[in-house]
Amino acid sequence: MLQALSISNLTKTYANNMKALSSVNLSVEQGDFFALLGSNGAGKTTMIGIICSLLNQTSGEVLVLGKDQTKHLNEVKRMIGLMPQEFNFNPFEPVEEILVNQAGYYGIDRSSAKAQAEILLKRMELWDKRLDMAKSLSGGMKRRLMLARALIHQPKILILDEPSAGVDVEIRRSMWKFLRELNDQGMTIILTTHYLEEAESLCRNIAILDKGKIVEQTSMKKLLARVSQQVLILESTEQLPDILPALDFKIERLDAYSIQVSLNDVNISQALIALSENKIEIEHVRSAQNRLETLFLRLTSKAG
Amino acid sequence: MWIAYKTIVVKEILRFTRIWVQTIFPPIITTSLYLLIFGGLMGERIGDMQGVDYLHFIIPGIILMTVIQNSYANTVSSFFLAKFNNSIEELLISPVSYWVILLGYISGGIVRGFVVGLGVFIAVSFFVELQIYNIWIVLMTFLLTAILFSLAGFINAVFAKSFDDISIVPTFILMPMTYLGGMFYSVEILPEFWQTLSKFNPIYYMVDSFRMGFLGSSTTDLLVSMLVLTTMIMVLAIVAFYLLKKGVNIKT
Ligand SMILES: Nc1ncnc2c1ncn2[C@@H]1O[C@H](COP(=O)(O)OP(=O)(O)O)[C@@H](O)[C@H]1O
Ligand SMILES: [Mg+2]
Repeated sequence: MLQALSISNLTKTYANNMKALSSVNLSVEQGDFFALLGSNGAGKTTMIGIICSLLNQTSGEVLVLGKDQTKHLNEVKRMIGLMPQEFNFNPFEPVEEILVNQAGYYGIDRSSAKAQAEILLKRMELWDKRLDMAKSLSGGMKRRLMLARALIHQPKILILDEPSAGVDVEIRRSMWKFLRELNDQGMTIILTTHYLEEAESLCRNIAILDKGKIVEQTSMKKLLARVSQQVLILESTEQLPDILPALDFKIERLDAYSIQVSLNDVNISQALIALSENKIEIEHVRSAQNRLETLFLRLTSKAG
Repeated sequence: MWIAYKTIVVKEILRFTRIWVQTIFPPIITTSLYLLIFGGLMGERIGDMQGVDYLHFIIPGIILMTVIQNSYANTVSSFFLAKFNNSIEELLISPVSYWVILLGYISGGIVRGFVVGLGVFIAVSFFVELQIYNIWIVLMTFLLTAILFSLAGFINAVFAKSFDDISIVPTFILMPMTYLGGMFYSVEILPEFWQTLSKFNPIYYMVDSFRMGFLGSSTTDLLVSMLVLTTMIMVLAIVAFYLLKKGVNIKT
């Protein structure tokens, strides 16, 4: 099947010799909900800038729905909608005009643009603010304005650069709901985040970018399966025996009173019973670390 | 294409009309006062120039100066601000060609120059009886001047990295050039050397043909003036297009 986005050997070196992307290969299927995960400075915004013609690549190729970006620039631009990380509208322009003007740049006439803007502004709960200057909006409203603007020309692929930054929890939830609806209707959505929970709850496929390199591209399911193992720290009431019993799960001694267990098929209460049968009484249980977080850290430090 | 162009022009016009207290009103008031006090009161002592009384002599030059300043100011500040608040990205991600972007901004500058120039003309005509020798020469010269300085303002904005950079050129280059371009005097009264030097100043040709349109007398051939201006416009247009296409200070 035709890929929504296919990037090969993409490299970007900034003027100050900062290599923000090195030979990145990435592909996103049509209809996917895709997360590009990476910590600050990983190169996410740079990659998006190149896809959206805001930056020039040093080398490499970008295909959007099979079209080479450099050869079919305008066609490619029409297929993409971008909600950028930083505010990039004229703060002295009224909200509705920002949308109608953006539509105009895509060749959409004023009356159709106004109709489309009305739908989007109502959906984003900005309709009451349509005549206000953009600078009078709150941070969350400004983000929603940029989301509406990204959708004004009805793109096939929506790209969101850190959509949740500065958006409060309630609005974040309703934005997520809206994005899921768009994806259900067939829109390919690519978002960047450094925020695992967001990727986990929204996305089907994921790539992890670290220091300008893709260190992992897989499905969310597979990634989560790798972390389904539960790692717990158990503290005993008494000093532990010198030799730990051999059980169906892995046990490691941490100190005289505590052990770390890794549970796959066994659940916690079975584990506690087994330990008790071996005269180890546990009084306190805690999780070793956030599972995804641990994996993420492992993957990204590997590359460094 | 046409819709995108129209969108940019309307946006540009709305931008400066929204802040008309800063963009339209002051130049009209100051220029008109300037004309009446300087030309009206002092002019009587200066006497005739190029065969007309001094007040009537300086009116075309001063209207043109307003056009120059306002066309320039419009594109330089609008395009610089678009870079500054990153709203230029709205255009860069869209399928708008560089020619359309350039034409849109230039048209905005022309309209601003026209509005302010016409404003001064109307304001002055309340006090002075103005005659126009040939309206087509007036309009043609206005148009070429406005295009030329809108382009210059655009190029200035491309290079500008701070707010200071958008006022340096107007203050240190544009103003002296305007004053030395025969705005207040006929170059005929200058010594030979300065007369020759004036011919290298494009503003001399604009002022001369603009004055021709109003008064019917000039110091150089109208056709030469038009040719000089058209050539300069073509050169600046190519430079501006190239800068935009290259993404100088816009795309890294
Ligand atoms: N215009 C620029 N000039 C030089 N270096 C830059 C520029 N923009 C970004 N960088 C650098 O490139 C790297 C990647 O940045 P970015 O793509 O913004 O990362 P992310 O979006 O993942 O946080 C960072 O080290 C950043 O400092
Ligand atoms: Mg970023």
